[in-house]
Amino acid sequence: MDKTLDLKYTYTEKKDTRSGFGDGLLEAGRKNPNVVGLCADLIGSLKMGAFQKEFPERFFQVGIAEANMIGLAAGMTIGGKIPFTGTFANFSTGRVYDQIRQSVAYSDKNVKICASHAGLTLGEDGATHQILEDVGMMKMLPHMTVINPCDYNQTKAATMAIAEFEGPVYLRFGRPSWPIFTPADQKFEIGKAWHMIEGTDVTIFATGHLVWEAVVAEAMLREEGISAEVINIHTIKPLDEAAIIASVKKTGCAVSAEEHQLNGGLGDSIAQTLIRNNPAPLEYVGVNDSFGESGTPTELLEKYGLNAENIVKAAKKAIARK
Amino acid sequence: MDKQPLAQLTKISSQVRRDILRMVHAVQSGHPGASLGCTEFFVALYFNQMKHDSNFNMNGAGEDLFFLSNGHISPVWYSVLARSGYFPAEELKTFRKLNSRLQGHPATEENLPGIRIASGSLGQGLSAAIGAAQAKKIDKDDSTVYVLMGDGEQQEGQVWEACMYAAHHKVDNLIATIDFNRQQIDGPTKDVMDLKDLKAKWEAFGWEVIETFKGNDMEAVLEGLEKAKSLTGKGKPVLNLLHTEMGYGVDFMVGTHKWHGIAPSDEQLENALGQLEETLGDY
Repeated sequence: MDKTLDLKYTYTEKKDTRSGFGDGLLEAGRKNPNVVGLCADLIGSLKMGAFQKEFPERFFQVGIAEANMIGLAAGMTIGGKIPFTGTFANFSTGRVYDQIRQSVAYSDKNVKICASHAGLTLGEDGATHQILEDVGMMKMLPHMTVINPCDYNQTKAATMAIAEFEGPVYLRFGRPSWPIFTPADQKFEIGKAWHMIEGTDVTIFATGHLVWEAVVAEAMLREEGISAEVINIHTIKPLDEAAIIASVKKTGCAVSAEEHQLNGGLGDSIAQTLIRNNPAPLEYVGVNDSFGESGTPTELLEKYGLNAENIVKAAKKAIARK
Repeated sequence: MDKQPLAQLTKISSQVRRDILRMVHAVQSGHPGASLGCTEFFVALYFNQMKHDSNFNMNGAGEDLFFLSNGHISPVWYSVLARSGYFPAEELKTFRKLNSRLQGHPATEENLPGIRIASGSLGQGLSAAIGAAQAKKIDKDDSTVYVLMGDGEQQEGQVWEACMYAAHHKVDNLIATIDFNRQQIDGPTKDVMDLKDLKAKWEAFGWEVIETFKGNDMEAVLEGLEKAKSLTGKGKPVLNLLHTEMGYGVDFMVGTHKWHGIAPSDEQLENALGQLEETLGDY
């Protein structure tokens, strides 16, 4: 279906965003000798093997002990290190929430919590691993920056950018092979929303894998004569409120799209911004208070209402409410 | 700070105990029991054992570092930090009060000199100390990292994750101490959740374990810390099992969990202070 649409962004290659993390970490490690890596028995899954091989003295295998990993990382910052922890998103957040809260966020430590296999699209492993609450948990923590890039290139750029940023960061990415539609040489600006497509009738605010779905949705809406603006919210916290307000002032309504629970996700943050500054109709695309299940990424996005067709429906609904 | 001799350390301990009691009394909250029990240990570390600079710098390069995992015994730490010059002793008056840098549990948020990470939620300090010790190894900094945990805290799973890790990674620039007073909030540890043979457990995990049987005897505490130091750098992390008495130094507080987290009344304070010489001047 993508092929027949006149897409504003296209791709020739697909790759997993976790590989963008692995490659970005290697480059960050080459640039800065203080960058260190920690992993809880998932080096292959997190694509941290290249970093481990090149910098064995700066890489720490922690075993299946995520709570300890977060504490170790917090302690390493005290010697001026910049630790990147790697495990699945579920074990990076829910499992270690109190360790992150006290040892990292409250203590304001320069730890980069790097989380793969986030959301439904990890697929067949099912709901135990498909965390859909992580963004909410992380964005509630004072001092924490929350980033959810959309493809391989953006994840790589984000990984390198957070190495140069002082403060705790939650970096969320995923497992599936996904279109690479953003440029390799992009500059990643933390906290700065990216206007990917200009439009006038509705704004689609998307994050993570669903930015691609938003790009597809824009083309589908355009075929029906609807002009959609697509904004890539790679940084969920701090949120680029000025960009959100300016866009919705122009378009008059919005859709949020994320691979996360509606409760506590990007949509909630956008709603809060709009209510305070520029009330306007907002429709949500996300998981509606349920756990996931086993399946392929495509099947899951369809069943749980997270694909381009759902964004199109939500956009029309938002426009109708203007 | 220069190494203080034994007689002076004993004097400082008496003042620290007065500080602890007066702080907790003033705000009618806090944890005097294990603060009193660990006084010799803290005084020995900060006034004799550790190489440290009271002109505080977070990274502590070239310095020995101390981490308090059982953060509820903040009164003893705050007193020792103040008395060793990290901040004015006068500030102890603000303990647990609004707008204070001396939070109920130690924190970095208010930038209190001497504190490197927040603690209070138990089980986390050993991991942080190991991380700091490994950072020192990367930097070829041969200083030592110290951490204190409670014995009740040994019930937290994260402690054993960290315990296993430190031995596997040969973190031998680390001296962990357990305040082995056999008490926790709900009663004796053997009733709440029996710790069984802690020494055997830590040894089985691959640590070098020493025991300091008289944890409220300054000479014994110093001897234990010296011995622990001599065992560093040999491929194993070191554990110091420090036998203390909760509430030590005040006759009606000693040896019971009842003073874990309650404050003395006016009358009790007067009685307690009568048992402790004012050696450095009350704040």
